[in-house]
Amino acid sequence: MTETAPAQGFFTEDMTISVGPQHPSTHGVLRFVVKTDGEVISEAIPDVGYLHRSIEKIGEKVTYHGYVPYTDRADYLAAMFANQAFCMAAEKLAGTEVSRRGEFCRVIACELNRIASHLISVGTFGQDIGAMTPFVHALRERETINNLMEEICGARLTYNYIRIGGVGYDILPDTCARIIEFLDHFEPIVDEFNRLLSGNKIFIQRLAGVAVISKEDALSYNLVGPNLRGSGAKWDIRRDIPYSVYPELDFEVPVGTAQVGVLGDSYDRFWVRVREMQESVKILRQCLAMMPKGPAISKVPKKFRPPAGECYARVEAPRGDMGFYVVSDGSEYPYRVRIRTGSFTAMSIIDKLSKGIMVADLIALIGSLDVDAPEIDR
Amino acid sequence: MKPLINSLPETVFTTKVDDLLNWGRASSQWYMLFGLACCAIELMQTGGPRADLDRFGAVPRATPRQSDLMIVAGTLTYKMAKRTKLLYDQMPDPKYVISMGSCSNCGGLFQLAYSVCKGVDKIIPVDVYVPGCPPRPEALTEGLLRIQDKMMRERWLVKPKTPAQVQA
Amino acid sequence: MNAQELYASLEKLFPGKVSNFKGEAMEPCLNVDSGSIVEICRFLRNAPGYRFEVLSDLTALDWPKEEKIQIVYHLYSYSQRHQIVLKADLPRDHPTIATVEEIWKVANWFEREVYDLFGVIFEGHSDLRRIMLPEDWVGFPLRKDYVEQEEYDGISTQRAPLVEKLLR
Repeated sequence: MTETAPAQGFFTEDMTISVGPQHPSTHGVLRFVVKTDGEVISEAIPDVGYLHRSIEKIGEKVTYHGYVPYTDRADYLAAMFANQAFCMAAEKLAGTEVSRRGEFCRVIACELNRIASHLISVGTFGQDIGAMTPFVHALRERETINNLMEEICGARLTYNYIRIGGVGYDILPDTCARIIEFLDHFEPIVDEFNRLLSGNKIFIQRLAGVAVISKEDALSYNLVGPNLRGSGAKWDIRRDIPYSVYPELDFEVPVGTAQVGVLGDSYDRFWVRVREMQESVKILRQCLAMMPKGPAISKVPKKFRPPAGECYARVEAPRGDMGFYVVSDGSEYPYRVRIRTGSFTAMSIIDKLSKGIMVADLIALIGSLDVDAPEIDR
Repeated sequence: MKPLINSLPETVFTTKVDDLLNWGRASSQWYMLFGLACCAIELMQTGGPRADLDRFGAVPRATPRQSDLMIVAGTLTYKMAKRTKLLYDQMPDPKYVISMGSCSNCGGLFQLAYSVCKGVDKIIPVDVYVPGCPPRPEALTEGLLRIQDKMMRERWLVKPKTPAQVQA
Repeated sequence: MNAQELYASLEKLFPGKVSNFKGEAMEPCLNVDSGSIVEICRFLRNAPGYRFEVLSDLTALDWPKEEKIQIVYHLYSYSQRHQIVLKADLPRDHPTIATVEEIWKVANWFEREVYDLFGVIFEGHSDLRRIMLPEDWVGFPLRKDYVEQEEYDGISTQRAPLVEKLLR
């Protein structure tokens, strides 16, 4: 606590508040120890670990096939991507080929999941700022996506769909027709969102120029995903370290362009996410048109025993580049599974950015970085 | 003499005081947002447009001081356990707890984890357990209705005799 | 540059400090002497032609049979599109290594996590304390010989007997 010099005989000191771990924002159990002088923050230290479920240690105790449901919980809003990254790492280790139809099913499931995750991110961002209505609209769209996911794999949130060698179940033609119906319905919804939220004068004033992250800082703090692209760096794993069938698809990578304020402010990061939803719609249409016939999963032995070695597989998850580092010692159980997520590194920059901003701007900053408690704590 | 009940105008209804109080409490359960993990997303979807919790009178409150229902949605870790007990103690009586999802029922699929508390009932008393991973919105709504049934059975004015009092 | 050229040039510039290049592995990696990790990392980040601006990952592997803990650094370069994996071996009973915090700011949190879960001390770190587990936790869980404590803070960690068969 610091004591400011008494002016006119006044005695003041900084106030220490604990924001969280239970709080109405929906990013999960995070805690910030905030020292403020009135409304202006002098220091905001993140305190994480309230959702540390030891997923990395469990990786050493279950088999490769049995570990896939645990990867769902590593980031439950983007469960397909974590599944895919782990399966890619295991396949690279063992040299397994993935069936071509399986690759297309994977991309379809992942891009649907990306739209769902960005809907939650954009909706809760609005709710944190104070706009309650767009959140309910986002939940309504997400219900349709949950229905589609349930048709594809049987679960609404933690899918366990992408397995080693392909996918668990094939996508039937009925489901493909319903996905196209949803895409036709969804494209005007993004315009509705823009009218409600992105073009809203109050929203813009709250976010323009707040918590600017420069490109050098973004690289030094290893920000990934929309956080990095919002600061102007055009880097997307789907384009630059391509995997699966992304090289054959045509889509743009949106980058922040200082639309309303400074390059790298909170509005840029938000806008990148909105544009990514539109790009995902494009990718889905192309995949559904290009899908080949064939088996959805290739033959993989029940006792999956890759040779000793290590492998690092990356995918472009909604929160950035998610990497799985799997070390195998030749037995059925992995030797070490390491999950490297985008939200963990995004938390490390909050302390630096929060000096001198107001408490309400701290909430806008956390919402614009789209951090997610399970990704941080695993 | 006519029975009183048939001669009352239609704007008057008779009931027991306990039933009236319980009906009021059951139709306005304000739950505290205690979403910890994946079940929190399904809790949000249950409060969302399709499976609406608001039609049962249940609105989310951010603070424990204004809520009478705590829905523990998600995995409880040891680091969070102390804070959970603190939040439970801050809720005013009469309070109820729904344990939503496998992780808060019994630890869920994290039995092999070193940092997960195997069930929220090791720390606070639970009224209704809702199974699922995560439970569907319909399942959580059923849990809420069970709490309503539990509330309707409570007696406030004349407490029922305990077995010890009956024997004496 | 590909991995072979990287290793050849590093061997020339830092003779005796790099060794054990595995070019044929899926992720080409090389061993670095733990005393000179900071100067090699600083060179790799700043030197033109190398420019590894990003520390993708910093983690550790525990090899109890060889009595060592291995710190693994995954470096990536956005401008040059190449990557390399550095490994530093530390003795298991006394693992200490210098911090690379000044070179990549993200190493601050990565190293705190490795300290928390493996017990590796990073010299020169500005704020080395536990990050995931509670402050009063005893032991380093991700080591292979970790034994769980009986109870934490009054909550028993024992499981239902059915699950004991799954424990290895």
